Amino acid sequence: MMYGKGLKDYVEQVPGSRSGSLFSERTLYPYVTGTALVALVYRDGILMAADMGASYGSTLRYKTIERIKPVGKHSLLGASGEISDFQEILRYLDELILYDNMWDDGNSLGPKEVHNYLTQLMYNRRNKFNPLWNSLVLGGVKNGQKYLGMVSMIGVSFKENHVATGFGDHLARPILRDEWNENLSFEDAVKLLEKCMRILLYRDRSAVNKIQIVKITEEGTTNFPPYSLKTFWGFESYENPTAGEEGLW
Amino acid sequence: MFRNQYDTDVTTWSPAGRLFQVEYAMEAVKQGSAAIGLRSRTHVVLACVNKANNELSSHQKKIFKVDDHIGVAIAGLTADGRVLSRYMRSECINHAFTYESPLPVGRLVVQLADKAQVCTQRSWKRPYGVGLLVAGLDESGAHLYYNCPSGNYFEYQAFAIGSRSQAAKTYLERRFEKFMDSSRDDLVKDALIAIRETLQGERLTSNICTVAVVGVGEPFHILDQNTVQQLIDAFEIVAEEEPPAAEAGDAADQETAAGEGAPAEEGAAPMDI
Repeated sequence: MMYGKGLKDYVEQVPGSRSGSLFSERTLYPYVTGTALVALVYRDGILMAADMGASYGSTLRYKTIERIKPVGKHSLLGASGEISDFQEILRYLDELILYDNMWDDGNSLGPKEVHNYLTQLMYNRRNKFNPLWNSLVLGGVKNGQKYLGMVSMIGVSFKENHVATGFGDHLARPILRDEWNENLSFEDAVKLLEKCMRILLYRDRSAVNKIQIVKITEEGTTNFPPYSLKTFWGFESYENPTAGEEGLW
Repeated sequence: MFRNQYDTDVTTWSPAGRLFQVEYAMEAVKQGSAAIGLRSRTHVVLACVNKANNELSSHQKKIFKVDDHIGVAIAGLTADGRVLSRYMRSECINHAFTYESPLPVGRLVVQLADKAQVCTQRSWKRPYGVGLLVAGLDESGAHLYYNCPSGNYFEYQAFAIGSRSQAAKTYLERRFEKFMDSSRDDLVKDALIAIRETLQGERLTSNICTVAVVGVGEPFHILDQNTVQQLIDAFEIVAEEEPPAAEAGDAADQETAAGEGAPAEEGAAPMDI
């Protein structure tokens, strides 16, 4: 390999790639993806909901993927998009929280700090044309302050009282805009999230009927066991779909 | 201290287990003009004596703002102090950029100490010849730290460094138990009195001292000369049991004299106006 000329010397290198590679080493398409995520601020903290599915193209391949994970003591991270990139981000955050804890000095990274770290991470990857293909939702509570924000794969970042990714951006946010208010109780917040997730289940083809809801308050994170939403398909027009059109394809 | 055969290199131990170069660096701090710091639960005050080399020159800048929530007072080689201040500012800005959050002062102080330690273990370097009193805020409130050329750092309720700092320390030792619950204004007053102790008879005027404050809800800033002079006048008129360094009656004269820069008044160098 070290002697004489190899194929590498005759092949043009992709700018910015490690030398010695014949192929592009930057992200081009996502492969295993999670779909929409919905989150909102309620009276005691943040509630996040996602389904537990991961698609491989148009196949609903995996059905027990947790797309919402706790980060440190004060935050939750949810992601839609490429699952392997989400796992990579979790590794980065793990290291970040580890070093933060090693200071052992009473200071800790809160949701605002993690959100900004993620913004810089995503934006810098985007600038290198090698994005982490995710839409991230970061929520948490620290010292009584509730925080909810989003970062997209191109580094667009903002804080809001209710956020949604993917299809949720189109289907869930109108519902949230109409029905969210500052003083939602836990039960009302769950009902609102379920309403959003149900719409997504009906209309998003990559949705799977197994919902994970996670809550974070000043006391900490609570993972609720996954469950299925009740759906209704008994509409009259579904009863006899070909009525009036027999014989036609 | 005496010269000996183990003090040429910072990387040479003495048989008694001492690094003389590091100790000599700490001597440089003791030769610098005094700087003091004291803190309460919510505020930290830094004050220092500004001596000009001669009447014609301006005085050294010894207090630096590092960030809105951190400031530092130095004693010793001010050039080294400036370089370290630049480092501290850089660290604060980088942290704020990535995390949108102020760097906790305790972490900055450790980074500073580690930087100083490196210079005690490389044969081609020398220790920084400056002691730093770092005043800042973090999640748990206000803090005052002292960073030493040796790479050690300590947290203090109140401290004084530089020449004739022992007089200030004595004053602070008598009063420090009350500082935690002091008001901001009392803290500033105590700082000025401590500075006056280091002057050993010389008149305390706002020309020769600098005072800076940082607190919860109050960004780090250096108090302007007029404010400082008014504060000095306020407690000198009351003339307490402290050794009288100023005559109460002259306080009013001092105001006008500082403005005119009359050579007859001590300490008012032309460049101060």
